[in-house]
Amino acid sequence: MEFFELSVLVATIASGIRLSTPYLLAGLGETIGQRSGVLNLGVDGVMMLSAWFAYWTVLEHNNIWLGMLVGLLVGLVMGLIYAFITVTLGAAQGISGIGIFLFGLGFSDLMFQTKVGTPRPLRSTLGEIDIPLLADIPKVGEALFQHHILTYAAFAFVPAVAWFLHKTTLGLNIRAVGENPQAADSLGISVVRTRYLAILIGNTFAGLAGAALVLRGGIFQPNLTQGLGFIAVALVYFGAWRPTGVMAGAILYGLVQASVLKLKILQVIPRSASDIASMAPAIITIVALVIIAGRVKAPAALTKPFSRH
Amino acid sequence: MLKKLAGAFVPLLAALVAFALGAIMLLAVGADPIEGFRALISGAFGSSDRLAVTAVRATPLLLVGAGITIAFRASVVNIGGEGQIVSGALLAVIAAQAFPDAPPVVLIPLTCLAGLVGGGIWGAIPGALKAYASVNEILSTIMMNLIAIQLMNYLLRGPLIDPLEIEAGTRIPQTERLSDNAALPIIWNGTRLHLGVLIAILAAVMAWVILWRTPLGFRLRAVGHSPDAARAAGIPVKRSIVTALALSGSLSGLAGTILVFGSESQRMVTDGSSAGFTGSAGFNGIVAALFGGLHPLWTIPSSYLFGGLLTGATHLQRVLQVPAALAVALNGIIVVFVVSSGRARVWIERIGNARSQVSTATPEAGHSEDPANLTEAQS
Repeated sequence: MEFFELSVLVATIASGIRLSTPYLLAGLGETIGQRSGVLNLGVDGVMMLSAWFAYWTVLEHNNIWLGMLVGLLVGLVMGLIYAFITVTLGAAQGISGIGIFLFGLGFSDLMFQTKVGTPRPLRSTLGEIDIPLLADIPKVGEALFQHHILTYAAFAFVPAVAWFLHKTTLGLNIRAVGENPQAADSLGISVVRTRYLAILIGNTFAGLAGAALVLRGGIFQPNLTQGLGFIAVALVYFGAWRPTGVMAGAILYGLVQASVLKLKILQVIPRSASDIASMAPAIITIVALVIIAGRVKAPAALTKPFSRH
Repeated sequence: MLKKLAGAFVPLLAALVAFALGAIMLLAVGADPIEGFRALISGAFGSSDRLAVTAVRATPLLLVGAGITIAFRASVVNIGGEGQIVSGALLAVIAAQAFPDAPPVVLIPLTCLAGLVGGGIWGAIPGALKAYASVNEILSTIMMNLIAIQLMNYLLRGPLIDPLEIEAGTRIPQTERLSDNAALPIIWNGTRLHLGVLIAILAAVMAWVILWRTPLGFRLRAVGHSPDAARAAGIPVKRSIVTALALSGSLSGLAGTILVFGSESQRMVTDGSSAGFTGSAGFNGIVAALFGGLHPLWTIPSSYLFGGLLTGATHLQRVLQVPAALAVALNGIIVVFVVSSGRARVWIERIGNARSQVSTATPEAGHSEDPANLTEAQS
């Protein structure tokens, strides 16, 4: 079968790695937030907002880096809003996340329709950067070392986030308030401040993930993410709240998505069945959740608003 | 007295602030906010025709919302309305195609039943996963949504596609025009108001009866209040969780039936996304239920308010060229305000208590009937 030819496999792996980028970025950010005890279901909405503003910026100013910065800032602002809602006001996290999602979905759509209307491709998008020497290794180089900067960044963030959570004071505080906020509070750690910071960092990652989507794809359309952000949330459970676990999950999703695409193009799976094949990520997620549940412990204070009384 | 006022005051204040933000959004897209709101209101409630459309738009929100209240009262979060609407509609379509010649008295109840069953199954699966495998239902219901969308796309592009679409080569993913005997009859001549509107109101009343007037409802609320206490009292907690999500899903599934057989086209159509068929009722129903204080009866006026918002937004798009997506963004803001108002309410209550100097009777932060606390207790 053509799919199993080496060159096709290599191309599929390369595209799988590329497709895993937004999952990985959003998943790492969500990991930091959840480790502090805050579930953010609004990632999908934040991604759409940052994707829209990054897209609009690049459309107007034709500057990718400016677009990326705007995407980050949108993530930061949404983080501030979400922290205020869930930490200061102590709102139910699951539902307020859905509120953020709906707002992101609607507002990005509204802005897109009034400011742009019909999808216009960006004149410049993120190009591949070959890693010197490594990119020249036959096959391996093509699969792993010819990617755009945000893909490299996403993978570089994996050890960085692990180090941050385990070796820095802020990281330790984040894990402490996620496990036992009362104890952390009695030790003089500010639960509110720590959770604010965790949410801000986490949402900035989501902003970057949204920017990655448009800066690579070069196009924005309403409901751009199609549930990607929700899968990123599930990836955190899947990855047992560890950056390396999230990375494994993100790669798996990227590869599954790339394989389904490739098999469709090669017409190995008939057109009519391609919708069935597209169910794969959601089904894998459910199966993974069943396997994970009961084996791995979530941060003990996850979704529980903190109050001193 | 302030304490009592706070109950009604906070949601109203939340709605007011939300509308202020709506005005800012209107300004942001270059429309006059006053004209915008005028178009919104006249579009929603301005004539008998518009009122009928509002009622029709409110119907799926009411069904989903009433279902949500059942799930939430049992402390289960159901974000799966979208998928449950789709699966209910698909089973109803199959039922209508199986018995096209059955008279309306048979076919209408049959398609409604099929919708209830289809949505019920789609709700029971995450319910069972939560009860027996401790899978977080928020995530599993979202995944079930994604699966249902693809199932709909597959069926409407393949096995259920209108044969005429294949003949003509246009291949629009839609079913054939389904049996007229399954069509929900119009109950207000000259408008689009159909029987489904009454069915939904009846279903919401039934949801209230089930929750507060039956042993089943007592068990569900007991589980929602405290699973441990319920278990100690001999209530089957796991089975109750499955039942809550199945019931919740079945009401959404009924909304699916009504969307298909209350439509002018008498077809089920997809544009590849779920919103193309459901109009995001699975999410907007959550908004309506929250705004209705997670009470099935209060969800009735609440759904009509949000149905009005959707109809008004369509009108707004026609008159001022402001995209109807404004309503979706506004809904998001309203959700955030309503769920954030819990702690604000406690603050206001505290001020009230200080004023009336009943410092001995400090209200407990979590009295059982306060929905804000119910939703806070999620894990």
